[in-house]
Amino acid sequence: MLSPSPSPAEGGALSTKPIEELDSVTIRFAGDSGDGMQLTGTQFTDASALFGNDLATMPDFPAEIRAPAGTVAGVSAFQIHFSSRDIKTPGDDLDVLVAMNAAALKANIADLEVGGILVVDLAGFGEKDLEKAEYRSNPLHDGSLTGYRLIEVDITRLTVGAVEHTGLKGRGAELCKNFFTLGMMYWLYDRPVEHTLTWIQSKFGPKTKYKDKPEIAAANQAALLAGFNYAETVELFASHYRVKKANLPAGKYRKISGNEATVFGLISVAQKAGLEIVYGSYPITPASDVLHGLSRQKHFGVLTFQAEDEIAAMASIVGAAYGGALGVTATSGPGICLKSEAMGLAVMTELPMVVIDVQRGGPSTGLPTKTEQSDLLLNMFGRSGDSPLPIVAAKSPGDCFDMAYEAGRIALKYMTPVVLLTDGYIANGSEPWLIPDPETLPPVKVNRVTSKSGTEFLPYERDKETLARPWAIPGTPGLEHRIGGLEKAQQTGKISYDPDNHDAMTRERAAKVAGIAKDIPAQAIEGDPSADLLVVSWGGTYGTVSTAVFDCNANNIKVAHVHIQYLNPFPANLGQILGSYKKIVIPELNMGQLRMLLSGTFGVAADGINLVRGKPFRVSYLVDKFQRIVKALS
Amino acid sequence: MSTTLATPENPAPEAPAGLTRKDFASPVAIRWCPGCGDYSILTAVQGVLPTLGLAKEDFVFVSGIGCSSRFPYYMNTYGFHTIHGRAPAVATGVKLSNPKLQVWVITGDGDALSIGGNHFIHALRRNLDVKIILFNNRIYGLTKGQYSPTSAVGTVSPSTPFGSVDQPLSPLSLALGAEASFVARTSDNDVKHMTEVFTAAAAHKGSALIEVMQNCVIFADKVHEPYYGRTTKQDNLVYLQDGKPLRFGKELEKGLVLNGLSLEAKENPADAEVLVHDSKESSGTLAFMLSRMAHPEYPVPVGVFRDVERPTYTESVRAQMEATKAKSPAPDLGKLFNSGSTWTVE
Repeated sequence: MLSPSPSPAEGGALSTKPIEELDSVTIRFAGDSGDGMQLTGTQFTDASALFGNDLATMPDFPAEIRAPAGTVAGVSAFQIHFSSRDIKTPGDDLDVLVAMNAAALKANIADLEVGGILVVDLAGFGEKDLEKAEYRSNPLHDGSLTGYRLIEVDITRLTVGAVEHTGLKGRGAELCKNFFTLGMMYWLYDRPVEHTLTWIQSKFGPKTKYKDKPEIAAANQAALLAGFNYAETVELFASHYRVKKANLPAGKYRKISGNEATVFGLISVAQKAGLEIVYGSYPITPASDVLHGLSRQKHFGVLTFQAEDEIAAMASIVGAAYGGALGVTATSGPGICLKSEAMGLAVMTELPMVVIDVQRGGPSTGLPTKTEQSDLLLNMFGRSGDSPLPIVAAKSPGDCFDMAYEAGRIALKYMTPVVLLTDGYIANGSEPWLIPDPETLPPVKVNRVTSKSGTEFLPYERDKETLARPWAIPGTPGLEHRIGGLEKAQQTGKISYDPDNHDAMTRERAAKVAGIAKDIPAQAIEGDPSADLLVVSWGGTYGTVSTAVFDCNANNIKVAHVHIQYLNPFPANLGQILGSYKKIVIPELNMGQLRMLLSGTFGVAADGINLVRGKPFRVSYLVDKFQRIVKALS
Repeated sequence: MSTTLATPENPAPEAPAGLTRKDFASPVAIRWCPGCGDYSILTAVQGVLPTLGLAKEDFVFVSGIGCSSRFPYYMNTYGFHTIHGRAPAVATGVKLSNPKLQVWVITGDGDALSIGGNHFIHALRRNLDVKIILFNNRIYGLTKGQYSPTSAVGTVSPSTPFGSVDQPLSPLSLALGAEASFVARTSDNDVKHMTEVFTAAAAHKGSALIEVMQNCVIFADKVHEPYYGRTTKQDNLVYLQDGKPLRFGKELEKGLVLNGLSLEAKENPADAEVLVHDSKESSGTLAFMLSRMAHPEYPVPVGVFRDVERPTYTESVRAQMEATKAKSPAPDLGKLFNSGSTWTVE
């Protein structure tokens, strides 16, 4: 079983089975937390990306690191949608579900399309497995799966046999089953195996800590090839499938997740500004990968500080921004709650910082590993006093790069903390990313001053155009000054309790943030601008909403769409756009936060489509909603 | 694209010749109550800074909230009056971003030990290289007199009209437990002693905690009087000096001796019995025992309890960054973006 028939991608011997062409496929790998499903999914994603498909992924894992094995609570899954077309979502219904045990089947079967392929590992359907998954009868035998193309494979046993010659035995051999499964899927969808073989070598090979255990790399490689050959040899699948390369814009690509893109965006804006980043952060799901990512990039002048708590993380970046660095922190909703007082200090002292909220289900601890977009109003208003700060939101994994860069650019130019909103869905999801040329990144203005403009240094003397105050960092001779959380006198920054001054300073802070509207792109309209229905969305729902809008228009259901990336201030033309549609509907993964903000700001009446299920919208759900609304309008 | 902070317009400090205390006094009118102990602390600090060989612009005073936290406004240096309890965390960011600065944190017993307890612990644990002056008046002054984490049991205050019932803590025991590398105590009525202690703290490489027994004339007047007053101190303070026996009393007739696992204040002990102070003692045991001594059972120690050297957080993280820079090629965004697997679409 060791030598595979070379895969068609190698241009070698061809499979004897017929190949059908498909536009796009959605696969979900599901198993126990310890089964390596995230790894399997990531490898399949890499192979598809390298092959040239467009793709979108969505990992789904439990909040517990090791939930009880075999239970529904412990199921970990990874979904990938790959296509020869331009796609923006990880897919609604599954074409293929791989279930490594009974619990994985139970947790995921509802998403498999009728007639879809269901691959199960028989070893995961023993009496105990069924019991843990709380199945009363064996679904493989009780007829409940008749609507699917059920493919039962004794994956674990076959894997153990396939790796026997490497010397790996017992549990270690069984653990290779995810690669056997991956091999089967590679055959089924005509993916090359080479990338994964190389990856295994780089992870477990002679140059790694496993160098004294060569059997590990050998066994995993053998399992992958065995799975591939097994699918080819045995009459499991009637045919296999090919999804052609996507017609993406020309250029060099890589796969990127939202959190990775955020890291790149932050480093880029700091490099462009010639500044160091001080990143103060406290670990929290789903934002920790930003901390991990930045910690590896110290040579870019990135200093990461794992603070004692969320409060210290925020306070430290206020200090770092005072000290002359770009202060950055990332957290999720509960962390923003703790940071809010120090964010108010950042507003008061007008220093450049980026605060990232990778949103998750709330309130309180909520759903740590599930997505939601319910922190908009928290970030907009969740501080004492009138405390305005700019807010931008990323719309996709790759867009996290652009919006992190924008957040930094605005923070430095306007001397203000800026909130960047992402969410668990786009932070952990990934897509192909057209690698930008660093030279084409927008310029970044820094307000650093090194001398007084008059006889006295005025820490709150505002730039006439931007209203930004000067950034005089400690160590600069002659500009010694004191700032703090108490209200400042205009210009001098001295403590002032004067009523007129407080009124004036409150208005100055607001005017500064409002003025940023002149410095951001006008709101674009997508879909069919001549429609009666305008769909308004923001943040990580862009992929599903825009796909639903596209599908509607393709079916002659006219829908216009604006997706807002700048939430404070809004683009200058947004009010005018909103005022020119008969009907506005706002889909959000919250109970109507943007809707409240838009109705308060522009006085527009809008309907909401609101779901808080910890999951992105389904395209079909939105298409159906839009369709009904359009019908009712005509 | 420079990523270092040393710039031509922001040079390293050099011979700040001729600085005097006046250079460090800001023109702002001081608003502490007449007779407040804070005035003498300000005087002592303004006297120490010109002797440290640093330029004026290289000092930053960071404070939290409370009467003492107005301190930065009265210093003609860079200063940051932050939010309640968070001064050590803000100071951490200042120091990390700009390591050549000498950063002083001004805090009080409520600010540092109650609302800001966590940051206080970690600034010391990390050995951040900031100097923390804790004004301990054993009361909340700015909020009008509630009891604090250092108030004695039974303290009658607006929030404890029948007397407080909870155990106070020793800031110095807490600091030592938090692995502080420099811990000292001094008093607001002794500018000379404060000057010595602040000077030693400034010279220490690493985080330093200096507790100043400070008098609040309004809400806790004479709270320290029983041990640090003109007439009480000879019998109730023991001055810590390295290499000197731990003796006190008018004729130094009393001394601290070890009795089992405890210290004992003994009348007329033999010279050989009396403990000799050693702030460098590596285990910190002596410093901790001294930090447990409280009036009236014991004399109150003043001076430097502990002064040991270990790597500072700032220098360690900076060294790690420099080592990474030395090993890596010049920062290149293109390389970063292209790391990992890439593919080209024609």
